Amino acid sequence: MKSKRIWFVLSFVLLLTLLVSACQPAATPTQAPQPTQPPAEPQPTQPPAEPEEFIIGMLLVGPYNDRGWSQAHYDAGLYVEKKVPGVKLIYIDKVNPADRPGTTPEQLAEDLLSKGAKLIIFNSDDMKDGAINFARSHPDVPVIHASGDTSWKEGVNYIEFAKFGNTMGKMEYGKMIAGCAAALTTKTGQIGYLGPLINDETRRLTASAYLGAKYCYEKYAGKNPADLKFKVTWIGFWFNIPGFTADPTQVADDFLNSGYDVVISGIDTTEALVQASKARAAGKEVWAIPYDYEGACAEAPEVCLGVPYFNWGPAYLRAVEQVKAGTFKSYFEWLGPDWTNINNHDTSAVGYVFGDALSADAKSNVEKFIAELAGGLNLFVGPLNYQDGTPFLADGEVATDLQIWYLPQLLEGMEGQSVPSN
Amino acid sequence: MTTMKTSSRWSGIGFQALAVLLALAFTTIVMLISGADPLQVYQNILTGAVGSPVKIADILVAWTPLLLATAGLLLTFTAGLWNIGIEGQITLGAIFTTWALRVLQPTDLPPALIITIGFIAGALGGMFWAGLVALLKIFGNVNEIFGGLGLNFVATALTIWLIFGPWKRPGVGSMSGTEPFPLELWLPTLQGFRLSPLSLAMGIIAIVIVYILLRGTYFGLRLKAVGRNGRAAFLMGIPTTRYMLMAFLLCGLMAGLAGATQVLAVYHRLIPSISSGYGFLGMMVAMLVNYQALWAAPVALFFAALNIGSIQLPIVLKLDSSLSGVLQGSLVLFVLLMDGVRRRLTRS
Repeated sequence: MKSKRIWFVLSFVLLLTLLVSACQPAATPTQAPQPTQPPAEPQPTQPPAEPEEFIIGMLLVGPYNDRGWSQAHYDAGLYVEKKVPGVKLIYIDKVNPADRPGTTPEQLAEDLLSKGAKLIIFNSDDMKDGAINFARSHPDVPVIHASGDTSWKEGVNYIEFAKFGNTMGKMEYGKMIAGCAAALTTKTGQIGYLGPLINDETRRLTASAYLGAKYCYEKYAGKNPADLKFKVTWIGFWFNIPGFTADPTQVADDFLNSGYDVVISGIDTTEALVQASKARAAGKEVWAIPYDYEGACAEAPEVCLGVPYFNWGPAYLRAVEQVKAGTFKSYFEWLGPDWTNINNHDTSAVGYVFGDALSADAKSNVEKFIAELAGGLNLFVGPLNYQDGTPFLADGEVATDLQIWYLPQLLEGMEGQSVPSN
Repeated sequence: MTTMKTSSRWSGIGFQALAVLLALAFTTIVMLISGADPLQVYQNILTGAVGSPVKIADILVAWTPLLLATAGLLLTFTAGLWNIGIEGQITLGAIFTTWALRVLQPTDLPPALIITIGFIAGALGGMFWAGLVALLKIFGNVNEIFGGLGLNFVATALTIWLIFGPWKRPGVGSMSGTEPFPLELWLPTLQGFRLSPLSLAMGIIAIVIVYILLRGTYFGLRLKAVGRNGRAAFLMGIPTTRYMLMAFLLCGLMAGLAGATQVLAVYHRLIPSISSGYGFLGMMVAMLVNYQALWAAPVALFFAALNIGSIQLPIVLKLDSSLSGVLQGSLVLFVLLMDGVRRRLTRS
């Protein structure tokens, strides 16, 4: 009787331990890839002065190696390390409400600060409140909130801080290119968009993908854009958190199994690509377009039409130089691609690399489309209606930055939720 | 354990010390396997935990809800109940608190009053959810482990639904949480710290009350009788059902307060994992201290320190913070294991 009880207790504890550890974030691989060391300099006669150490502290919303949003930021940190001698990147990843119970972003930022960070980067929209709270209690510490609008004077969420930078790439262009590639590839005329959560940013990016698709479907494929189906399904966060979000694997499969032969990803991770690859292996003719990270296609090049990606390096490099020079002040920047070469790592904030699965024919047309954009083509021009049919832009009217940034609805012709339903 | 003879008490302490050593050895092996330098790890946890006054205050911030949860669990454990539903009870406390604040925010009531009502609402929310577990057990004959586990899932689902549905931020559909409350509805903290003396005091009062209840009252004695042998207690005229219900409700009350603290003093909004796992952690603390209130406070403090200290691991050593969970879990396992070994040895 007694030993039975002990066994009951023990097995219960074991169960509990498993439960608790299951609630913990998945183990990060212990060996982070080392930044490639710069080649050894030839030994100069005079030993150079030791470069001044400068630590960048970065909070990443997902794993640093997510092949998506967070890895793009992480790599940007490594880029600055390479460019400026003495710079060192430290980071905490998986900073989100589910993965690090009991902590807040501002608290984690203080941990970075206590480790000597001179510039704190909050890499996610989700950390907006955390970044603001941190800036309130540490007004002298330079802060960057990527993707936020806190320091945008004309924006609707402006708060005056002394050293609070906002940076964001004009991914609208990247998404338009992605939409174009999808429209020129689809055989069923149905494009699925694997959406993250719903907010201003995701609405305008999804709308951009749709605009690019519509434009290329008509102009380069010679088809009627009214026949193009474009549907977005949101999962509820930037990436899968089991039990809290919809499962992106499931959502991607649903698209692929119901006639949507191209899935564009709007989430931080690569489920769309992975599922398309599996469907392809099972004999389906399908494609996918991942997001955020330049190297994302590598996971399944046979179905990848290319990837629109962020290149945060130059923005962070500038910020580091300003902090070092003592000139860092609050700013808001929304950086477009370098149209002379959108894949220039030193100048372009957003880019697009073509994937192996994009046909030569489609590729040449997408290149023409990119040239059009570079030449000033603007797709946010009226007549355009919101999803519910109410007018967004009158004939010939050009959307302002504010109208695009704070897009309140999806556009007419798109399927899926504009705002969450009750 | 007051009846224990001195020699067996010493052997008990010896076994406990052995258990701690084994847990440390086990965690060290885990570190070695993952290629980390254990000394560096322990050193980082230590500096991460007590390296600065802000850190120490952060430990106390984590200690408060953990202490509340542990205090409540000591009551249910004493009554022989496995209140695994405590996570859901914390969550419901947080939901009720958020609800009260949302309703009262537009009114002219002074913030202090709104915050107070928020705490009361949180306590009621926790009691409500614990009461459901109790009713399921008493009238539905559903074991409290299964009832509690089920209600935990329901509580999470409810949180998600509220965040995406009725309580969503305008135009936003994200699981990241509800709109933060304005600054005046934040529980006041010490200047420069995240620590609120008020919630800290609440945690301490809770554990003291539980200590006194279990130590020196008729109620505590009867609760123990119910826990040791419900049938015998019933035959001796103790209304066991009522005592079980009381234990659940009191535990729910404290869990609800823990949830209220999470909303009012830590997150200032409702987030999906608002309980932060303090319920399960509290169970581990309670088991580790063999359900004695006296030791619950320092052990809970130690666990909170491990949680805060381990934040440093990913920064410096690229190790996962959940390593502290390994240490916590193995501590409980080995202490229980050693307890079993001691009993077997002393019996023969």
